[in-house]
Parts: sequence; C-alpha cells; structure tokens
Amino acid sequence: MAVGKEIRTKINSIKNTQKITRAMEMVAASKMRKAQDRMGASRPYAQKMRNVVDHLAHAHPEYKHPYMEERDVSRVGYIVISSDRGLCGGLNSNLFKRTVVSMKEWHDQGKEIDLCTIGSKSGAFFARLGGNMVAQTANLGDRPEITDLIGSVKVMLDAFNEGKIDRLYVVYNEFVNTMTQAPTVEQLLPVEKKEDKELAHHWDYFYEPEAKEVLDALLVRFIESQVYQGVVENLACEQAARMVAMKSASDNAGDLIGDLQLIYNKARQAAITQEISEIVSGASAV
Amino acid sequence: MAMTIHVDIVSAESEIFSGTAEMVFAPAVMGEVGVLPGHAPLLTQLKPGEVRVKNGDSEESFYVSGGMLEVQPHVITVLSDTALRAKDIDEAAALEAKQKAEDALQDKTSEFEYAKAQSELAEAVAQLQAIKKLKGRAR
Repeated sequence: MAVGKEIRTKINSIKNTQKITRAMEMVAASKMRKAQDRMGASRPYAQKMRNVVDHLAHAHPEYKHPYMEERDVSRVGYIVISSDRGLCGGLNSNLFKRTVVSMKEWHDQGKEIDLCTIGSKSGAFFARLGGNMVAQTANLGDRPEITDLIGSVKVMLDAFNEGKIDRLYVVYNEFVNTMTQAPTVEQLLPVEKKEDKELAHHWDYFYEPEAKEVLDALLVRFIESQVYQGVVENLACEQAARMVAMKSASDNAGDLIGDLQLIYNKARQAAITQEISEIVSGASAV
Repeated sequence: MAMTIHVDIVSAESEIFSGTAEMVFAPAVMGEVGVLPGHAPLLTQLKPGEVRVKNGDSEESFYVSGGMLEVQPHVITVLSDTALRAKDIDEAAALEAKQKAEDALQDKTSEFEYAKAQSELAEAVAQLQAIKKLKGRAR
C-alpha cells in the first residue's frame, strides 16, 4: 500500500537509531563497572602516597622541598582531564565551565595561565578558543596507564621547578554516583598540608640515599598518581554519563516511534475509509 | 611464633599484596635490604628487581620495576612503579606531549578567549536544559 511510505521509512530509521543508542547504553554500563573497579584499584596507592607525603610535611626533614612551599603566584598551571569521545551529555561542557570560572578568577588578578590537556575533548576545546597550551595527551582508551601521563605531567612539573608556574591545579569530574558527576578543581602544587593530630609527633625517616633524591622521586610519583586517579575517575564519569545520556536517547526514540506509529495508523485508516466510500458511492451511482 | 609486620605492596594501577610477613627483602638503590619487624623508619628508592615477602617457610616474590620502600614502626609499604623509569624516557615523553600541544595550537592565539568560551559553554548548557524541558513536557 502506498499510504504513509514516508512515515514508515522514518519509523524504521528511528528504530535503527534506537538500536544503536541502546547498544551504546549497554556497552557504557559494562565499561562503567570496569572503570569503577579500576578507580577502586588505584585508590590504595594514592592513599598510601598521601599518607607518606602528609607525614613528610609534618616530620620537618632537614631538607625543605620546593613542592611543599607556598610562593607568590605570578603564573598558574592547569591540567584539564576530559573524555576522548562525545555523546556523554553535559559532562565535558560542565567541566569546561568549571575550569573557565576558576581560570577567570586568576585572569582577573592579572595572572597568566598555562594549560595541559588530557583527553581529546579538552585538547580540541582549548585549541579552538586559544590559551597557552604547553602539553597535550589524548586517546588514552579504556585502560589508561600511568605511562601515558608521565610526559604531560613532567612538562608541568618542570615548569614548576623552573619557576614558570607557581601553582598547579588538576580539573576532572569526580565520580559521586551513576547519576551525579561533580566537576572538581584540585590543587596539586604546592602540596597542601593536612592538619592531622595523629601525625603531629616528631620523628623522621632515614633516607637512603638522601632526603632530596628520595623526596624528589616520591613527590613526582605522588603528583602522577593524583593525576592518574583523576583520569580513571573521569573515565568512570564518562561511562556513567554516556549510559544515562544513551538511556534517555533510547527512551526519546521510543516516544517518537509511538507518535509516528499513531500518525501512520490514522493515515492508513483514513485511506481505507476513503477507498470504501469511493467504492460505495461508485456502486450506488451505477 | 615469630614477630610479624604488616606489608602492603601497591602500584598506581592496582593493589598487589597485603598481608603480614616475618621479613621483607627489597632491592633498594644502595643494595638489597632486608627488613624485620621493629626496623627504624626508613624511606628509600627501589631499583627494578624482586621484592620477597617471607612468612615462615613460605616466601612470595613480586617483580617491581622500581619504586619506593617505606618502613614505619607498624607497617611496611612498597610503592611499586608500573613502568620502567629513566630520565631520558621521561624526557622523551615530555617532549612528545609538548609537541602535540604545539601541533594543536598552530595558528592560534595563546590568549584564551574568555568571553567566547563562556558564551559557547552557556549555549551548550542552555541546549541541554532546553532538551530536558522538552522531554519533561512530552511526558
């Protein structure tokens, strides 16, 4: 029957889209679980590092590391962690919005900003809008490795060592739960001291070979682990956000299909009615 | 029963071992060290090698590609690296990251356009909200 050919084609095309969004939803759901596991797996390391660093901050070692000393700020560094792919709702937009607000605060004080982007979305965003991007990493995939991050982090740490930047922030989405992802700006350098009663007693480690070398290596790893933690957390957020976005896309497609089906049925019925009345009136005329 | 001490071996990507031990051997940069319970607090770098955890007659061993060893009165922590670290490897990785940034920034100003960024983001957020509203109405 010729009636509603266009509508039928439309329904079919929406059905195909729905198949895709539904598949993406399920893929995202399973990837999210894995990402969450990875998030949990990397936490002990970051936690242990944090403990050692906190302890160091209190132990008053003979050598004061520059990473732990506040200094006057003339330039600020940001490491912005985003997803590599889109179709995850407002995840990246919200993150960039938070970043821009924080950057603007420094900008209004006349401070300059260096950027390091991790993930192709933030790379593209800052490349399009300008900004002094000094390092970039993208395409980390579903299993980010710390090796992928060492380069970018080192660029920022070197800049800090040389006095080019005086403060370093990392921006990423914090995984609160499946429905909620909170864009977070966290200070990496100088390392913030945590006040903790338990650590207030004064004892110091033996350092081997020397405090400076050990602390150097330790703090670099500490910063890297913080950034890595941000990356895995952001990955879990990405999958969660995509799952939710794709679920609502599938639902919307379902609604659309329902509406179109109704229109199609009405049109078909109208055509049949018309045909019958034509036959009836034709017969009565004879 | 011999004295034991709690040992954690973790890497940035996973937790490798957690348990008690009578003695731990680790490849410190200055030479292999053996740590018994009651050892003085120590913080040292590790070179690639084997960390052995001795417990009675059994002994477990783990390969680490460098890292840190931390000894506290009640706990020993091995913070293992997941990758081989060397100055020139790190340097090469840093250069690569810089190069990528430069490629991305070709023919772009280094002054960040705040107004443009904010308006674009506001637009994106407004779009999302509009979609949400439309959805709400359809129900």
